[in-house]
Amino acid sequence: MIPEIGHYALVLALGLALIQATVPLYGSIRRDASLMQLASSTAVMQFIFVAGSFAALTACYVTSDFSVANVFENSHSMMPLIYKFTSVWGNHEGSMLLWVLILALFGASVAVFGNNLPVTLKANVLAVQGWIACSFYFFILLTSNPFLRLAQPPLEGRDLNPILQDPGLAIHPPLLYLGYVGFSIAFSFAIAALIEGRIDAAWARWVRPWTLAAWMFLTVGIAMGSYWAYYELGWGGFWFWDPVENASLMPWLAGTALLHSAVVMEKRNALKVWTILLAILAFSLSLIGTFLVRSGVLTSVHSFAEDPRRGVFILGILVLFIGGGLSLFAWRAPLLRQGGLFAPVSREGALVFNNLFLTTACLTVFVGTLYPLALEALNGEKISVGAPFFNLTFAPLFIPLMIAMPFGGLLAWKRGNLLGVAQRLMVAFAAGIVAIAITFAAAGVEHVLAPFGIGLAFFVIVGALIDLAERIALFRAPLATSWSRALGLPRSAWGTAIAHAGVALTLIGITCASTWGTERIVALKEGQTVTLSGYALTFDGMVQRAGPNFRVLAGKFTLRQGGEVVGIMEPSKRTFGARGMTTTEAALLSQGASQLYLSLGDVNGDGSAAIRFYYKPLVLLIWLGAVVMAFGGALSLSDRRLRVGAPKPAAKPALQPAE
Amino acid sequence: MTRKQRRLTLIGGSLAVLGVAAALVLFALKDSIVFFNSPTDVVEKQLAPGTRIRIGGLVEPGSLKKGDNLQVSFKVTDGAHEVSVRYQGIVPDLFREGQGVVAEGKLEAGGLLAADTVLAKHDERYMPREVVDALKKSGRWQEGEMNADAHVVGKKP
Repeated sequence: MIPEIGHYALVLALGLALIQATVPLYGSIRRDASLMQLASSTAVMQFIFVAGSFAALTACYVTSDFSVANVFENSHSMMPLIYKFTSVWGNHEGSMLLWVLILALFGASVAVFGNNLPVTLKANVLAVQGWIACSFYFFILLTSNPFLRLAQPPLEGRDLNPILQDPGLAIHPPLLYLGYVGFSIAFSFAIAALIEGRIDAAWARWVRPWTLAAWMFLTVGIAMGSYWAYYELGWGGFWFWDPVENASLMPWLAGTALLHSAVVMEKRNALKVWTILLAILAFSLSLIGTFLVRSGVLTSVHSFAEDPRRGVFILGILVLFIGGGLSLFAWRAPLLRQGGLFAPVSREGALVFNNLFLTTACLTVFVGTLYPLALEALNGEKISVGAPFFNLTFAPLFIPLMIAMPFGGLLAWKRGNLLGVAQRLMVAFAAGIVAIAITFAAAGVEHVLAPFGIGLAFFVIVGALIDLAERIALFRAPLATSWSRALGLPRSAWGTAIAHAGVALTLIGITCASTWGTERIVALKEGQTVTLSGYALTFDGMVQRAGPNFRVLAGKFTLRQGGEVVGIMEPSKRTFGARGMTTTEAALLSQGASQLYLSLGDVNGDGSAAIRFYYKPLVLLIWLGAVVMAFGGALSLSDRRLRVGAPKPAAKPALQPAE
Repeated sequence: MTRKQRRLTLIGGSLAVLGVAAALVLFALKDSIVFFNSPTDVVEKQLAPGTRIRIGGLVEPGSLKKGDNLQVSFKVTDGAHEVSVRYQGIVPDLFREGQGVVAEGKLEAGGLLAADTVLAKHDERYMPREVVDALKKSGRWQEGEMNADAHVVGKKP
């Protein structure tokens, strides 16, 4: 009964979405307020019905109802309860249901919190949300229905893919989807603005919090996915430039650019057309990401066999929304009047610089991800584009971006003084040079580029601090004045500085872990010891245990540094009976922000165990940096001016540097 | 500066960045991509030693040998031809004889592949697409063999 209710609720949600997609739009043409108002109530009801549908599927999983094909294929009665919940989205059908659930959640949020939006804009935005929702409901109901029953219910399920039975999976997909789908709001706002042919600074203020929220979730979601791959796949790598990872990185890059260009639009009423285009692109890239992951067109660590019909269907949605969005843009964008003027050297100029490099970096990732596909379609030649390609193209574009980062915040709007800013950044330059010198002194000249990476990171961090210090007139005014100015500083200023420092932290983590990380791959017999970067690891023997739905074969290792025991490491292999599959569980031991990583290979006939033993200096900073970035975003989001979201122009520009 | 000059500065700057990026991409595409080959391709194309390639196929049953120091050697076959692969390190969990595998590395004289990466499948019902294509090409692929189940296979969302 429950699956049928879920199925029915989903069909009703589609019905509501169809109304939401058409009636308010008609109302906005007819200037009929009551028709336009219908958008809000349908958006909220739609969310309630999808939530009911999602709850029904969850109930099937929790009660292990194997008469539902989807549950049978992806669950097992012995699985711990938390994985019964997470396996709801650990498969294609369920994850698409999560996708529409989040889409409906965002739509309902606009309906509930968008009270200060002009009626027509709100109606049009929700109508566009309705179109997106309709296409995905059709997709689920026609090609990926999670509620299909089996005629003869089996007694036991086939279990969830063991590599997905992990706490990381519990949070990674929902976060990523909150990011992907969050950009749909920016897209809907852009399309609504194009339909109306009118756009102003207030528009940017309404769009920014949604974009910021989506960006935060995407940032944490990507970091979570990276950490999950790091500890679960047992290779000790944190980023593989895998198409699925690139699929999430591209909307992140476009979204980051959108965040920055929306600032210009909000403050200076400039870059309107460009901001609209970015809003369309950010969501288009999210759709492309969904397509790449869901259709299985690319070879990837995550790629599993897929039904080609689904790929074609998503491709159709992709063409409809990206093609439609861009056509509408080409047709209507010339109507939008150009705004404020600015000199190339100015805050606006710096933000344009940021946008230019971010979108170009995004473009190189796009080419690297889709080129193999295009080449295969053209002449059948199969290639793989991996890390070397991206290191050569993506990295050089990110360096100028980071160098420019501290300048942007200090330049004045309209016309800035580059020399003056450079003088104010002297301390940051000095910090960078000292960091380079210290790194060279400590690590030698073996790796020439890495110390410059560290220096750049310190330059950015100190630059962010200088930005804050300048705003509160630290050391130039009495401390009490600075203190009160610090309290009065808009939270978005703190958010910007913190997010920029987060980028620098990630850069330090990537540089250190990939340059000075060490590894040993050896076979150890019981009692033998291997040394790595000052640590000694002794193999104490193998143990066997039983888990809830798997068997564990674990190695016991003692880690010592200078004779002192630092800890016990227990890497293991889990064998899942239901699928006859084995997974590797790496043992991690954190020393500050650095980690020791131990994963178990085969156990040979003579009793020796093959191990991979890595020392990863400061590796945790990679993900900590992302969390710091998201925290900066959250702080900006809590800024009063975005919360209130009043359509009247700001009384005084809040981001003006203190003079 | 007039509005026109400003716009020209902006466009000029953008084109310069795009130009640099395009140059980087073209350079990288020339040097740092790896071509995929089936064992038949390797035998028939007479690739020069030192070429970096990726091959896919099945691990030939009975060909897997483990030596000292984590040395592994095995043969990759597509049914028509096979290529010997040498690898030092730990093979993935699902690496087995008779199963699909993708190996990447440098081709040595005598058609031996010195692999630095060995990938196996991540799911017992999944086979790397490259392997499926290689088998299809050599006519050893039985339609439905894997696809019967293909649509139910989970993947990382």
